[in-house]
Amino acid sequence: MAQKTIAGVNLEVSDEGYLADQTQWTEEIAKEIAKEENIELTEKHFEIIKFIRENESGLTIRKVGKSGIVDIKGFYDLFPGGPLKISTKIAGINKPSSCV
Amino acid sequence: MTEKKDTQVKKVAIVCAKASIEDVYAALVMANGAVMEGMEAKLFFTFFGLDAITKKYMNKLHTATVGNPGMRMPGGLPFPTLLGAIPGVEAGVSAMMRNTMDKLDIPPVDEFLDMITAGGGEIYACKLAMDMFKLEKEDLSDHVSSVLTIGDFYAIAGGEGSQIIFT
Repeated sequence: MAQKTIAGVNLEVSDEGYLADQTQWTEEIAKEIAKEENIELTEKHFEIIKFIRENESGLTIRKVGKSGIVDIKGFYDLFPGGPLKISTKIAGINKPSSCV
Repeated sequence: MTEKKDTQVKKVAIVCAKASIEDVYAALVMANGAVMEGMEAKLFFTFFGLDAITKKYMNKLHTATVGNPGMRMPGGLPFPTLLGAIPGVEAGVSAMMRNTMDKLDIPPVDEFLDMITAGGGEIYACKLAMDMFKLEKEDLSDHVSSVLTIGDFYAIAGGEGSQIIFT
């Protein structure tokens, strides 16, 4: 665990940068984390972030693909380089433990 | 003192040569896992592994109920080999296995190929095995990019941080 100041808030994050306390998450923090991943968040990103925050348990790429918000290809395009691990980091939830 | 230096895996070329559920899914999970982590993935199907990308068979894969020491009855008792030889048992067990996987959100083969290619992974078929089994490109899933010789496969499998995996 490490301390990190994101969007002016002092936060505890894991070694990989995931928030330790999900309740501290704000949209501003999301934007900052996204910037570190070279992603500029759009409305569409926030729709997905909302979905994954509400469906954290058993979250998989397949579930996001079936959410009706985005298909799997679109999900890869919006969060390049590892959509599930990057989107969950931005959404302030735990790193997913799923293998699919 | 030698300094330990890890080179990150950046690309995987996975070879699947068998048609059983466990062999095919091991290859699919590894390829999909690679693209999920932002790595490049090439998936090469050869010999009986071609069943996994043949339209007619891909969603009807079986697991062996004979000669499979890991096979157990529900509850953990050993699965008698003679029981596994009864017609229909292998199909039933395989259907059960596919059903269980579906509950864990592990998709059917065609949907899994969809997911892998959506993430930029590429699927290939082995030319020699296609000739052996008298298969044509039309018999294969649309997710298959092309039919390769082994030389072609090595040509696309290289690069820094790349690994070739035989499941």
